[in-house]
Amino acid sequence: MRVSKRASGAIAVGAAFALVATGCSSGSGTEEETGNSGDGAIVIDGTEPENPLIPASTTETGGGAIVDWMWTGLVEYPNDGSAPRNAVAESIETKDSKVYTIKIKQNTKFHDGTVVKAKNFVDAWNWGAYGPNGAQNSSFFADIAGFADVNSVDPDGPDGPQKAPEPKAKTMSGLKVIDDWTFEVTLAAPTAVFPTKLGYSTFMPLPDAFFTQSAEAFGKKPIGNGPVRFVSWENNVAIKLTRFDDYALRDKMKIKDVTVKIYQEDTAAYSDLVSNNLDFQQQVPASALAGDKWKTDLGERAVSATIPSTGIIAWPIYDKRFQNPKLRRAVSLAINRQEITDKIFFGNRKPADSWANPLTPGAQPGNCTACQLNVEEAKKLLAEAGGFQGEMVFYYNADASHKEWMEAVAQQVKTNLGINARAEGVPTFAVFRQNINGHKMKGPYRAGWQQDYPDVENWINPLYVTGGSSNDGLYSNPTVDALAKEASGAPSIEASHAKFAEAVKQIDQDVPSMPIYFQLQQSGRSDKIKKLELTNVGELDITSIEL
Amino acid sequence: MGRYLLRRLLQLVPVFIGTTFLIYWLVWSVPGDPFAGKCGDRRCPDVYVNMMTEKYQLDKPIWVQYATYMKNLFQGDFGTTFNNRAVGDIIATAYPNTLKLAVVALAIEAIIGLGAGVLTGLRRNGFLDNLVLVSTLFLIALPVFVVGFVLQWLFGVQWQIVKPTVSSDMPFTELIVPGFVLGSASMAYVARVARTSIAENRRADYVRTAIAKGLPMRRVVGVHLLRNSLIPVVTLLGTDLGALMGGAIITEGIFGINGIGREALRAIVTKQSSTVVSIVVVLVLVYLLMNLLVDLLYAALDPRIRYE
Repeated sequence: MRVSKRASGAIAVGAAFALVATGCSSGSGTEEETGNSGDGAIVIDGTEPENPLIPASTTETGGGAIVDWMWTGLVEYPNDGSAPRNAVAESIETKDSKVYTIKIKQNTKFHDGTVVKAKNFVDAWNWGAYGPNGAQNSSFFADIAGFADVNSVDPDGPDGPQKAPEPKAKTMSGLKVIDDWTFEVTLAAPTAVFPTKLGYSTFMPLPDAFFTQSAEAFGKKPIGNGPVRFVSWENNVAIKLTRFDDYALRDKMKIKDVTVKIYQEDTAAYSDLVSNNLDFQQQVPASALAGDKWKTDLGERAVSATIPSTGIIAWPIYDKRFQNPKLRRAVSLAINRQEITDKIFFGNRKPADSWANPLTPGAQPGNCTACQLNVEEAKKLLAEAGGFQGEMVFYYNADASHKEWMEAVAQQVKTNLGINARAEGVPTFAVFRQNINGHKMKGPYRAGWQQDYPDVENWINPLYVTGGSSNDGLYSNPTVDALAKEASGAPSIEASHAKFAEAVKQIDQDVPSMPIYFQLQQSGRSDKIKKLELTNVGELDITSIEL
Repeated sequence: MGRYLLRRLLQLVPVFIGTTFLIYWLVWSVPGDPFAGKCGDRRCPDVYVNMMTEKYQLDKPIWVQYATYMKNLFQGDFGTTFNNRAVGDIIATAYPNTLKLAVVALAIEAIIGLGAGVLTGLRRNGFLDNLVLVSTLFLIALPVFVVGFVLQWLFGVQWQIVKPTVSSDMPFTELIVPGFVLGSASMAYVARVARTSIAENRRADYVRTAIAKGLPMRRVVGVHLLRNSLIPVVTLLGTDLGALMGGAIITEGIFGINGIGREALRAIVTKQSSTVVSIVVVLVLVYLLMNLLVDLLYAALDPRIRYE
């Protein structure tokens, strides 16, 4: 099983900005249907969602795509990767980046016909943040004041026998409903990027019906507020969706029915795609990439896309042997990224040259000086660091295709620096993650990061700030922490981006991890689809499809 | 006969308990925390891990888990998966699919394999005999996934005679190619065993007698020769149904069939012990019952065999 950390999604296309700005509920003006789109049906490829379909509990790609189609959030992310814009939100206002007043558009509807009100957001967020509900995305609510009160600390960690006590409060103090269409969010600390986060699936509203039944029962027949409505879910076979005709926002569906067919093997889906039995596959299998076979197979039906996802090798900085930044930089400079993307990935990935993926707003391309191949410099730095004793093992999970490129990295380090390096596979992703979570890695290990929401903040705070949610190597630098804190609390997004750029300069000197490649995506469509767009993270934009 | 049957059925009990415990213990021994990799490259919240660990009793010793599982099993409850699907439902939907595929494979094995075996056993060393010998050798040597991919590509993608993958309602016509793939290796064995067996018995006294009596050739082969020669073939086919059901993982993957092989693999990888055990329970039962059926068929084929 492959678990990929899912990305944010957005349902956005074109520039129907005027419609958003007028905040209308009579959004029937921009419908243009070509051919037989109106009652058209398509079959696309998918994987079985791991959890019931609840936005705050969905972390994997299979369920994530469906959640993104079924819900529309306060803001949405344009497909071209530009800054987020309002969707359900009428306006999001703040004076100090700490207290936000959010007005929503009036009379948009959930799929069960009830109206989306301010309290549907507040209730949903409180549910997601409340510790005992065990929502997998709960940490996204940590910005909001009172988050600590709805969670309790397990006295002996998750492995210990003791249970966490009941949290102090049931709801977060930072959320206040003003009226049906307005609510106020107070954050624990100023956070400039907060409005950007609001398009992430965790922040979706939940209808009143959610709170009258168990979360699991709801998740099997979910009710959203997006352009697509849930029809049925046959486990491991298919999920059927259809157009929500009462949808009043900009991005209405042009076609009618969507069947997400669940494949166990991407090669089976690919065979269906080639013979036009399947209308869309997001990522063609690795076996079709060699020698660009997929382009010959699919012809003009091949769709290439760049996505904001980076392949990384992380350092376990808690291990004494890897605490010298000069050593880490030396190793990074000894890796020939171009050769790896050319020879191992056949040009289907790009060598990484910046810390945050350059597709992300606020990210600066080419700012990773540690990503350039410079063997002389690397040798010098290694000598200054006092060399490296013993074996340097590069770890990867062997249940996905990482063996080849990790072995190439180890070989380059061995050849260029004379370090006794090799790559070793850990049998499963579960064991791999268990070791990482437990801070038991004994050498650099492969990691990956795909943005949750389009802002450079998402590439710094979780990964390189002390205590960050995915700072698994326990990297800690007071300068970076201070700059990132300033950046997060900056009065404007521009000021925030400028500060993050300074933080990145420091990170670039410390090399807490090594960006290796930028991900490209190779999708395919059937002859039936005349037009389609991909979202900013490479998912199918279901509302863009025309037949 | 009755006492024999009873004894055989009673033997099922210890085998059943032994296999289920062994499987439970093995799944438990697979390293890795089932919830460590659940949230991708991000650590899962502690509350979530705690909640799941408690719900599935993963903090309890293995025999407590096993005992609870068995207790529930006897009340008809197979347990639930980590995403809260009833394992009973999974078995109810996936087993018939795999069984359907296995039956098609078995039919192909029996018809083509046996047909080729009888033909070549009767006319040895001819062109046909050599053709069958070479082609069966070829099938045995090729791994299942090679046969699968090649046939899928040829029939499904290149010539577009069939759909490359099987639709969810699984019509029999779409199962012919996957059935052939699944049964191909066994089909080759059946052909070879049948050929040898027929060839040996062809020279037996009772066949010579039957021919000397002037019986028509069809009757000699169909009734006298075939009946005796079928015993090893039936053994092979019988145990094969169990093997086909368990061994369908690759074929199901290639042709996108939602069967038990895929479910078992998925459950092993995600350490869902109750799902693995439940699937294996049914598999063990199929194996044991098929073995029993094969043993009983011997008597029908050869009246000299008696059961005591």
